[in-house]
Amino acid sequence: MGKNVKIKRGMDIPLEGQPENTIHSVKNPATFALKPKDFKGLIPKLNVKQGDEVKAGDCLFTDKGNSNICFTSPVSGEVADIVRGDRRAIMEVKILADSEMSYKAFDTSGYADKSRDEIKALMLEAGLWPFIVQRPFGVIADTEVSPKAIHVSGFDSAPLAADLSISLKGEEENLKTGFEVLQMLTDGKVHLNLHATKKSELYSQVSGVEVNTFTGPHPSGLVGLQINKIDPINKGDIIWTLKPQHVAFIGKFFATGNVNLEQTIVVAGSEMKAPAYYKTRLGANITTIVEGNLKQDNVRVISGNVLTGDRIAADGYLGFSDNQLSIIPEGDHYEMLGWLFPSYPRPTLSPSLPLSRFLKKKFKVNTNPHGEPRAYVVTGQYEKVMPMDIMPQQLVKAVMAKDLELMENLGIYEVIEEDMALCEFVCTSKIDVQKVLGEGLQLMAEES
Amino acid sequence: MKFLRDQVDKLKPTFSEGGKLSFLHSTFDAFETFLFVPNHTTKNGSHIRDGIDLKRTMFIVVIAMIPALLFGMWNVGHQQSLALTGTDGDLFNNFWVGLLQTLPIIIVSYAVGLGIEMGFAQFRGHPVNEGFLVTGMLIPLCMPPDVPLWMVGLATAFAVVIGKEVFGGTGMNLLNPALTARMFLYIGYPSSMSGDTVWAALPEGAATVDGYSGATALGNLASATSAGTGWSPDLLAGGSIMPAFWGNIQGSIGETSVVAILIGAVILIAAGVGSWKIMASTFIGGLFMGWIFNISGANGAWMDIPAMYHLIIGGFAFGAVFMATDPVSAAQTETGKWVYGFFIGVITVLIRVFNPGYPEGIMMAILLMNVFAPLIDYYVVQSNIKTRLKRVQV
Repeated sequence: MGKNVKIKRGMDIPLEGQPENTIHSVKNPATFALKPKDFKGLIPKLNVKQGDEVKAGDCLFTDKGNSNICFTSPVSGEVADIVRGDRRAIMEVKILADSEMSYKAFDTSGYADKSRDEIKALMLEAGLWPFIVQRPFGVIADTEVSPKAIHVSGFDSAPLAADLSISLKGEEENLKTGFEVLQMLTDGKVHLNLHATKKSELYSQVSGVEVNTFTGPHPSGLVGLQINKIDPINKGDIIWTLKPQHVAFIGKFFATGNVNLEQTIVVAGSEMKAPAYYKTRLGANITTIVEGNLKQDNVRVISGNVLTGDRIAADGYLGFSDNQLSIIPEGDHYEMLGWLFPSYPRPTLSPSLPLSRFLKKKFKVNTNPHGEPRAYVVTGQYEKVMPMDIMPQQLVKAVMAKDLELMENLGIYEVIEEDMALCEFVCTSKIDVQKVLGEGLQLMAEES
Repeated sequence: MKFLRDQVDKLKPTFSEGGKLSFLHSTFDAFETFLFVPNHTTKNGSHIRDGIDLKRTMFIVVIAMIPALLFGMWNVGHQQSLALTGTDGDLFNNFWVGLLQTLPIIIVSYAVGLGIEMGFAQFRGHPVNEGFLVTGMLIPLCMPPDVPLWMVGLATAFAVVIGKEVFGGTGMNLLNPALTARMFLYIGYPSSMSGDTVWAALPEGAATVDGYSGATALGNLASATSAGTGWSPDLLAGGSIMPAFWGNIQGSIGETSVVAILIGAVILIAAGVGSWKIMASTFIGGLFMGWIFNISGANGAWMDIPAMYHLIIGGFAFGAVFMATDPVSAAQTETGKWVYGFFIGVITVLIRVFNPGYPEGIMMAILLMNVFAPLIDYYVVQSNIKTRLKRVQV
């Protein structure tokens, strides 16, 4: 029997621009791209050069640290460009897509009888391995280990997040297959963590997993919190996590033998004219979705949600793991005495802004931080949005002091950046909590 | 707004790097960000941020102190009237006299403190922190109304430099800066601070009317305890606890009225700025220790005073609400806050009872617990660490 957990501490941030429950189809974008920067610590080794023809599922680049890990093309077409940044680091590998998709064929028949190593080899070659995120540190999973457990959060509680029962509609079979495959990868349990009240038929066919339920505000849908409540990560433990849409990709692959990365993403936020669900593929250029669909030009386009996502250009590419685009106005304006008399409602946890805190239902939120960075003064604030058994402010301070032992003792293995995103949101001193934590995680990863 | 913004933009290059007045950069920045929330945007990470910032947080504390300040101003005039004429004086006149007496103290406190803060910020290349907005008001409120202005300036400078900046500025200090200022004067100039003489602002050379004495409840109780006479309500100003509750008694400018302080407490708690845990546990600690003495059977004025009265007389309420709750010098863990506050209450009463030569314990108690706060936090953090380690062994 799984656990039923109620979360009290946390915060839902209600935003304008909730998506309609309709799925739109748009013209396929001309280009797709994989961004090595989407993976923490990845140094890519290119497998293709500009002008090469690739099929969907062909390896574009591998991990320099482990050349078995392939990153494959989401579409068939021609390698159009390899964009480099500072010190020639590869930023994007762009593919000009064919109008008719052709897939590289993999032999996945009888997958259920295959050995763990054969399953791994297939996933590695097909580029599905990078969907597995390993904790501690939130890196691509180590191919040589069997994790203590695999966790999948069956719902997303972030602001404007996709309702998976809409975005994954029709994927029930693939989810079933995907979870079967996951169970072949570990000797431990596979945990499927669902919302206690928002029942969904999505996972009705899934069997063999431990089902846990969660209720409460965000971050109840974050897998980090769920692990902490079910079976916390201790020093030396290795846990793998996946998102349901990626489990569906894996299921589809083993069912068909094709790397078919079609997905439905949610595009939401106050600056979208028609916030809704859109059918597209992994790594898609977002131009065809947002062009003509924005209320104004001065917007922040975020691949992912507003708390943890990556800022991309309005003609940029969807991030590897993201099934969400958030579009909000930029906040690059001065606000006269705005700290004293806020001129418009803004989300807050502080009762000192009573109109915003207690009356406003939904916010049109922008990217202004509403204050300048300061030293830590206020205490007890992070704790209100941190439901894990972790002392958030002490952990951040330990990272700032680069005290490795204290970081370990305070539970840095249990968190990745997204788990402390709400702390960053509520911070009176406007500390970049996720950035600081990221540096700490990197430091710990280098030391271990 | 547009006009003002244009003016600021016009001035900005002068104060920016390379400008003629670039050495005043931090000061300019402080004023600019006071007038306008900057047009910065988030980079990556959390793209949206809460509407609260440190300016607003600090400003709310200042607002919470206003009832105590206004009452204190009136009371300064009221006490002067009582002392000189033996009458209550009229409301407006009392207030006006008090305003004239207190405003210079406030101005000196802010001018000296902010001047030093801005200097340090400039020197370090930091922005000016808003912390002194609160400290600058707390210092006048805990001063006697007749304090010489040079003492206020000196104490403020000491508090800001030694109490705060040498530790690294706002957020790094160990001791509450306002109490550091109070302590500096108490130790450096005890005759002005101990409350032995009349604690009212009087014109130089003015004679008080007969029957107006400088005896405060704390002083009376201390001498009664030394003399071995027991507790009686006559030891309190006016023979009852009510004047101490309402605040029309002699004392430091802002600390006499428990009512005004409680209004401030309500503001702090409602706005989520002051820690109700610290306030509550401080009161609980004082009540607890007072009760222990009540039932101990020992005789003496300080032992037998009803425990509740401890919370009302002297600076207890002011300290618990405005001084103990300073988040930087208080315990920073949620459990630690309970322990920290409780011991402030306990130690305050201990000092009152066992140190009759010492008029008030709350200042000492808070400073002492400021020093112990990191230790309390250390043990709270260790217990979190232990739970985590225990998990591995199970």
